[in-house]
Amino acid sequence: MIVCVSHNIISPLGSTSAENYAAVKSGKSALRRYDGLWGLPEPFVASLMNRDDDKNGRYTIFEKMIIESAQKAISDANIDAASDRVLFILSTTKGNVFLLDKRETGFPKERVRLGMAAMQMTEYFHNPNTPLVVSNACISGVCAQIMAMRELEAGNFDYVVTVGCDVQSAFIVSGFQSFKALSPDECKPFDANRCGLNLGDAAATIIYTKKDKVGDNEWVAYRGAIRNDANHISGPSRTGEGSYRALMAVLGDLEPSKLAFVNAHGTATPYNDEMESIAIERAGLSGVPVNSLKGYYGHTMGAAGVLETIMSMQAVDDNNILATRGFETLGVTHPLDVTNKNRSTEKHAFIKLLSGFGGCNAALLMAKGGLR
Amino acid sequence: MIRHQVYISPNEVKVDGKALTIKSCGSAMLTDLYREHVGDYPKFFKMDTLSKVGFIASELLLNAEGDRSFDPREDRAVIFFNRNASLQDDTAYQATIQDPENFFPSPAIFVYTLPNIVTGEIAIRNKYFGETSFMVIDSFDEKIIMRNLENAFQDPITKSIIGGWVDCSDEEHFEANIFLMEK
Repeated sequence: MIVCVSHNIISPLGSTSAENYAAVKSGKSALRRYDGLWGLPEPFVASLMNRDDDKNGRYTIFEKMIIESAQKAISDANIDAASDRVLFILSTTKGNVFLLDKRETGFPKERVRLGMAAMQMTEYFHNPNTPLVVSNACISGVCAQIMAMRELEAGNFDYVVTVGCDVQSAFIVSGFQSFKALSPDECKPFDANRCGLNLGDAAATIIYTKKDKVGDNEWVAYRGAIRNDANHISGPSRTGEGSYRALMAVLGDLEPSKLAFVNAHGTATPYNDEMESIAIERAGLSGVPVNSLKGYYGHTMGAAGVLETIMSMQAVDDNNILATRGFETLGVTHPLDVTNKNRSTEKHAFIKLLSGFGGCNAALLMAKGGLR
Repeated sequence: MIRHQVYISPNEVKVDGKALTIKSCGSAMLTDLYREHVGDYPKFFKMDTLSKVGFIASELLLNAEGDRSFDPREDRAVIFFNRNASLQDDTAYQATIQDPENFFPSPAIFVYTLPNIVTGEIAIRNKYFGETSFMVIDSFDEKIIMRNLENAFQDPITKSIIGGWVDCSDEEHFEANIFLMEK
């Protein structure tokens, strides 16, 4: 079975997984309103890291975050990152895209290539393998974990360091603004008054390995699936087709009552959350609690799948289902049990669900101690 | 097992190793290939270059497979790799926001600033509900590509894959080397 060895989250809410969990459990969010930042004409609400002015340093802010997050997870796992039996997989949508801005002069432009950015990390750790970058829109973080599970299952590596990261910039914020996808206030996932998403900076790392025997407290990445809506490149399916199929694929013959919760994508755009409610109901999961963490972090893009998996593992470890910050009144047409406050659970498994542009969807079934 | 293979560069097209006669080069060649070998999918003209290259390559591949069917299926995955991700569109989008005096961010360009859109275009065209994935490595590496494609068959639903390399640095510079692979 594929087992989580260690993990880390770096976000505006903390630089360890534990700090992040404590902050979120107490209801903290780093979402703030920014007016005039990066010369953008429209204000926006986002969860941003402090940018230092180290323009002549060796690494960009994106590279610093992936190296720092990986470093902390590697040191907790106590593995030799320089070994050729260790693979690095990076999940990101836009990497160093801000280097395309003509005003950014401190770094070679080639670092805008995602493979080059990832190599800054592997070179730092003296790892000889070519890093794999998963760039599958907003589902990248779950896809990267699925790619890691497959490499380990095939016996190609002993450890996979799976790092998810995106750093916000004028490029990304203006793009989402041009789509009218951003909320002018803090986002409200699944709520009747939701009107768009917020964006966020984060890096998160999970290290996986393969084991024959699993302890009761060890987290198993049990099954993952990626499916397409085959419907539209920028709009979700009206039948939740890809998310439904991804959910069915990871559920297998698992009883829904074994699930503590479904941690949804829950971006708080009108269409995404509606689509997810359709998919979750079609998959027979209406009775399972649903939450979204976007009200704490915003949408952290390439980091989201990794970060939200880590937060969900910690919640189950704490016998807790995290509240959906920003949610008050159900505003999707299919009945969902969305958590509006922290709630206790005795269950040991959850599903992480994501969807993204290009019609892609991904689901990951995580089970503590394996399925029992 | 590899069933069919398509190679496209700005001045060469090969299907299963046999060169096709082409009348033009670069972006004009893609349009000519569309008119000659597809013809009934006007969405093609809205696509960015990366999607056009991947789409045309997939059409030639599926024509080589024969018995084109558009019945929905979940057992076929589309999994691509490249070097430049969506760099052409990233550069084009940056130009729309570079100048504060002339700031016109375009949603039509922004949507293509994700490399995996090409996999979605192919899934939509053929009604594939299966896996679609996009991965980036800094140089073409057949071993890494084949290893990951073999791995994808660990999903018990997946019986065949349209997979390989689809890269584009600008409108006139691109390369596709894709194949249809069965379990």
